[in-house]
Amino acid sequence: MDEIAVLIGGKAGEGINIAGSVVMRLIAGCGLRAAMYYDYQSLIKGGHNFAVIRGAAEQPYCHREGLDLVLALDQETVRRHHGRLRAGGQVIYDTGRVQEGEGTGIPLDEIVKDEGAPAVTRNMGLIGGFCKACAIPWETVEAVLSRAVPKAVEANLRVAGRGYEAAEMVRPLPARAAGIRVLPAISGNEAIALGLVEAGLEGYIAYPMTPSSGILHFLAARQEEFRTSVVHPENEIGVMLMALGAAYAGRRVAVGTSGGGFCLMTEGFSLAGMAELPVLIVLAQRPGPSTGVPTYSGQGDLLFALSAGQGEFPRPVVAPGTLEEAWYWAGALLDLAWRFQTPAVLLTDKNLGEGMYTFHGAPERPPLPSVRWDGDGGYRRYAPGPDGVSPLASPGTAGAVVKVNSYAHDERGITTEDRATVARMAEKRNEKEKAMAEVLRSYPSVMTAGDPAAGTVLLCWGSTAGVCTEAAKDLGLRVVRPVVLSPFPVEQFSAAIGGAEQVVAVEENLDGHLARLVRAEGYRVNAVIGKYDGRPFFLEDLERQLKGVGA
Amino acid sequence: MTWITDAQNTWCPGCGNFTVQHALKDVFAGLVADEGRRPEEFVLVTGIGCHAKIADYLAVNSFYAIHGRTLPVATGITLANPDLTVVACAGDGDAYAEGLGHLVFAAKRNTDITAVVHDNRVYGLTTGQYTPTSYTGFRGRSTPKGAKERPFNPVELALASGATFVARAYTRRLDHLREVLRRAVLHRGFSFVEVLQICATYNNLTASYHDQAYELDGHDTADLTAALERAREWDYSDGAPIALGVFYEVEREREAWPPMGRLPDHRRREVIRGVLEERR
Repeated sequence: MDEIAVLIGGKAGEGINIAGSVVMRLIAGCGLRAAMYYDYQSLIKGGHNFAVIRGAAEQPYCHREGLDLVLALDQETVRRHHGRLRAGGQVIYDTGRVQEGEGTGIPLDEIVKDEGAPAVTRNMGLIGGFCKACAIPWETVEAVLSRAVPKAVEANLRVAGRGYEAAEMVRPLPARAAGIRVLPAISGNEAIALGLVEAGLEGYIAYPMTPSSGILHFLAARQEEFRTSVVHPENEIGVMLMALGAAYAGRRVAVGTSGGGFCLMTEGFSLAGMAELPVLIVLAQRPGPSTGVPTYSGQGDLLFALSAGQGEFPRPVVAPGTLEEAWYWAGALLDLAWRFQTPAVLLTDKNLGEGMYTFHGAPERPPLPSVRWDGDGGYRRYAPGPDGVSPLASPGTAGAVVKVNSYAHDERGITTEDRATVARMAEKRNEKEKAMAEVLRSYPSVMTAGDPAAGTVLLCWGSTAGVCTEAAKDLGLRVVRPVVLSPFPVEQFSAAIGGAEQVVAVEENLDGHLARLVRAEGYRVNAVIGKYDGRPFFLEDLERQLKGVGA
Repeated sequence: MTWITDAQNTWCPGCGNFTVQHALKDVFAGLVADEGRRPEEFVLVTGIGCHAKIADYLAVNSFYAIHGRTLPVATGITLANPDLTVVACAGDGDAYAEGLGHLVFAAKRNTDITAVVHDNRVYGLTTGQYTPTSYTGFRGRSTPKGAKERPFNPVELALASGATFVARAYTRRLDHLREVLRRAVLHRGFSFVEVLQICATYNNLTASYHDQAYELDGHDTADLTAALERAREWDYSDGAPIALGVFYEVEREREAWPPMGRLPDHRRREVIRGVLEERR
């Protein structure tokens, strides 16, 4: 497809993330669909940061090796990336920091000085150059910049204008389809936050941890507007237990973290299973184990999420692959957690959470109200109810004594070691899992793409959806992607994988977590293509590897 | 109104927990009788250990949590519904070992919770190991040659952490305990009550408490320096006098975090539309 790929790079602290998101919004503002990948290290100043934005008339969900424009704030950006330029591409660079440049040089230091603008606006000079290179009308630049960088609009616009004057047209943006709407550009973390708020979130509790912190920051900044309380406690143990206290007291709450934080939360996660308390955990994966590679992406926590916590209890685990799915499932998991009174896990990763995409709108969720106590008779928190789900009442309700318990308990919530009761309550929890699987049959639990008749199936989950979909299109393959991973969507998965001759799992891990899960469910997986360096698959890279395994 | 459930009580004869249970029950009943409180607004949060069985025995809303985690649970409940009256009962292992960080932060935040620490200075349910407040030289099953560490002074710790109500009581002085607990529950902000109680099986300190304990008299509860001075009289190891009563009580800003809530459905959709509009 006709597309444009732009990379902007420089040192941490030079506003590369903001610059990337502005380029993203400029491309989206011209009516194109776009995706941004942001690459940065775990440091505050220096190093090498870059953002790649790919735009086209059709939504891109992954990245390619090839680039059309490289916007370089420093020599390192040119050194690392200029070899990726496609025919007709060009480097636009800062003449002050790039000694060996080819392409269009823009004297950013001079411009910033002339305009009396702060040094951090240097990136706006390059953005101005980019706009001219792509023939974006100045009125569009003005409109998008004013919305995207509301602080010091005038200075930013003056610097961008100077870059615009200094550059020349390289290639116009791809043509937009007639009558196409301009879509908002948001990150995966923002999609999750908005999906939660739309579904009635009342509290968000989190301890900062990359790559989930974006949710915390976004919701904290807008808590008055949404009227959702945002709490940052002493640690992840406190996060989880506060969330359970709030859920017990009748609020819809979610927490967010990454692998290390989830390790600390598993104690409370298991408590939620036993006490039958709802809570949603957003688990944003990065490469581990332990601290791992904090600002990069991975898919190594699936088996952990599926088995976290001691003992047996149901927990829906869902891995969205797109913004729209992230939004939809954030809300759907809140519904499910509150309907079935269990903890739930929304499994994302850095590439999805911190990546930006044009947002197409999430589908409506089917209604799934929680089961409420009707006020009749003495309240028993763990009374038998439909599908093992006991009617809910919150403390404060007239006539109800609401007792939840981490120990094995009877119907009233009082501790017991009675063998029959212990067994019955275990069966009750198991019954909820079966009922949940039944309800999920009417949700989009397994997604497919590519040629439904193709014998070769790419099996994937989470954010590798995009690259697999594009590769399948190029190579004539089928994509099968379970979005719900627990309870495993047996029926939908069987239908989707039917007739497969060769199944190749594509995952951002070394072990093939989904392949293991699928094999345990009794299906065949012939090969696993893994990526575990923290970076997303490039389309070309995946296609080469697929040919390597004979796909 | 029945305040006690029919759950079979399994505390050892002579256990100090009986006294705490009865004192708390009397406080709740009293607040219903003379303050117009509803029984449904009381919530009891407990940890794990002998103390925690109080959740089974008192017929009020309860969250029988896990070891060390009473205070974050209580905080979540308070944020969710500030109209509830939340009492967190913890053991000394709960509050001072596994849950120490939570205690310091709950005090720092001054959340409206009453923390009652059942301090028998031994792990009972795990059959007799030393705790953070066991005296130096305590011989427990994990320290057969005597604990070498010095005990924490929880009253001093609570004062240093910013608690706005700090008291100590003793289960052999029921009327005083009841009065202190009532004041603690009525206090708006984080109340910390260290309750000395004996463990009849593993750590029976009745004789020394009988000799050492005295009730504070003429003490200025608004004076933090005086409170710290009184708190340091007894270091939990020596034979110094043990002050009982309210050491400190002040009013301070207490809502560290906004209470939970949401916009009505139609407003929420509008606001979200507005956010997306900004991102075009």
